[in-house]
Amino acid sequence: MKINRPLYSLAIMILFLIVFAILMKNMANDYILSIVSFTGINIMLAVSLNLTNGFTGLFSLGHPAFMAIGGYITALLTFSIEKKPLFLPDLPQWMVPVHLPFFPALLVGGCCAACVALILGMSVLRLKGHYLAVATIGFLIIVQVFLNNADSITRGPLGLNGLTDFTNIYWVTGWVIVTIYICWKIKFSSLGRSMLSVREDEMAANALGVNLFYTRNFALAVGAFFAGIAGGLWGHLITAVTPNSFSLIMSFNIVVMVVVGGTGSITGSITAAIIFTLAYECFKPLEENFGIYGVGEIVMSLILILILIFRPSGMFGADEPAFVLGKYKHHNFN
Amino acid sequence: MDLGYLLQQLINGLILGSMYALVAIGFSMIYGIVKLINFAHGDIVMIGAFTTLALMETAGLPFPLVASCVLFTGCAMGILIERTSFRPMRGAPQVTGFIASLGVSIMIQNFGILTLSAQPRNFSFPDYMQTMLNLGPASFRVVDLVIFLTAIVLMVTLMFLVKKTKLGMAMRATAENIDVARMMGININKTIMATFAIGSGLAGIAGLMWGGKFGQIDPLMGFVPGLKSFVAAVIGGVGSIPGAILGGFILGFSEVLFVGLLPPIYSSYRDAFVFGTLIIILIILPNGLLGKDMEDRV
Repeated sequence: MKINRPLYSLAIMILFLIVFAILMKNMANDYILSIVSFTGINIMLAVSLNLTNGFTGLFSLGHPAFMAIGGYITALLTFSIEKKPLFLPDLPQWMVPVHLPFFPALLVGGCCAACVALILGMSVLRLKGHYLAVATIGFLIIVQVFLNNADSITRGPLGLNGLTDFTNIYWVTGWVIVTIYICWKIKFSSLGRSMLSVREDEMAANALGVNLFYTRNFALAVGAFFAGIAGGLWGHLITAVTPNSFSLIMSFNIVVMVVVGGTGSITGSITAAIIFTLAYECFKPLEENFGIYGVGEIVMSLILILILIFRPSGMFGADEPAFVLGKYKHHNFN
Repeated sequence: MDLGYLLQQLINGLILGSMYALVAIGFSMIYGIVKLINFAHGDIVMIGAFTTLALMETAGLPFPLVASCVLFTGCAMGILIERTSFRPMRGAPQVTGFIASLGVSIMIQNFGILTLSAQPRNFSFPDYMQTMLNLGPASFRVVDLVIFLTAIVLMVTLMFLVKKTKLGMAMRATAENIDVARMMGININKTIMATFAIGSGLAGIAGLMWGGKFGQIDPLMGFVPGLKSFVAAVIGGVGSIPGAILGGFILGFSEVLFVGLLPPIYSSYRDAFVFGTLIIILIILPNGLLGKDMEDRV
């Protein structure tokens, strides 16, 4: 008899998340709730970046750029119509009456990020390895420059603040579940296997009939969609979006989570995202109380370098650990 | 638009270009030999600038002494980074080294913030270097001339070193094929270390120049110039030293002309222009102007 262990593990994980969210909502205070929400958003970011960087081997550092696109678009859409002329006097006329509730606004933000990713992907995805990484850094800087200078829409370096705090733990949990579910489904499908084959050997994959262009663009666009959603959630959690928050440091932090968790392992990304977010939150009061700014980043990068030297495949390697997969093996799926 | 204005812009472009070129040489040499894009390279520019500040303003040493100290500090930092971070992971996939260099870069930046604080500091050269010189309708400071001449001297020395000396030959052999070079009796570790040392020394000097030119330094100053120098290296063809020099000057001129000739509202888009150029060049001319063909590995 075949036991579909991955599916059970996934179901248990989702059930656990739902129970956890309800418990948290009723028992924890606001500070802890916000940390839990940040953790959830980081899980979304790490898992979705894992789809691009881990499964398909496209080393992208542009994740915060997609976050920024999603965050700004969601923020503009949910901004109340009465406040718009005050905050953004130069906003183009057609954008003033546009207003959406939170959920559709998030979806629109995610879809816009995915569309931008498709356009970017059509041009830069022929690059390989670290050339692609540098091109995506270039894209991130271009997005930042535009956010800083398109004053009429983005208020420049000030950013959009005073957003309504729509994001609560249920929204975050819901989206974390959707992200994990979709990435999990992709990983254990034929599309996921073609992604892995592109990562391992693109020539062989191409010879076996995998459409490289389609697979890569799909991976980048899906990753960007969830990044856009995460950007929207993030903006409405801290009630502001500014150009400088979507920086290369953020990109670095997400990449560290993916690498430390193991590129390709969803369980690894989730675990690393939880550990690093909590560690980061522990460093924050230390830095502020003792005036030792930057220690958090130094420790992060030290851990990264040590992991790269002594355990280059990360905590769980390229696959899910045994307690999640059971006796399941990739190659005898059917 | 008069001739003097144009000449002034060209001089600015020349100085900016020589700084980009110095940093780009290091990028290119390191990439050529270990196939690693070293993000920490830009932060050596920052270290060079702060070393200059310490030696010149605080200790008050004369300029040539300061310059050579900065050169050696850069070399030492390059060796330190190579030895501690990149040598243990040699042979790993390219992307591993790339992430590690990003980690080293962030570590250096935050170490700078921790010890030096994130506040920008003013940086001024002694008076005799601030004197204005006139060249027809345009004018420049002595320090600009010194920057340019130092850069040229260093580039010529480097070309000589790579073409004529035994070390240079070893570097070229290692860049060509690391395994064959090892079989020929070349000490790979020493050669790679020397490459990091030379490249980082040049970056340190570029930091001295950056401080002298723009007059303000902070722990995060190195990152964007470092990335832009990488763009310069890509324009010239990564791995080629003459290409890096050419790319540096092209980037310097085009950036200055972009800001100087277009209406001022566009000038804040200069970084977008530089990195847009990068993406376009990577797509249409991936080997750069003077780079060798990269064959597709099967």
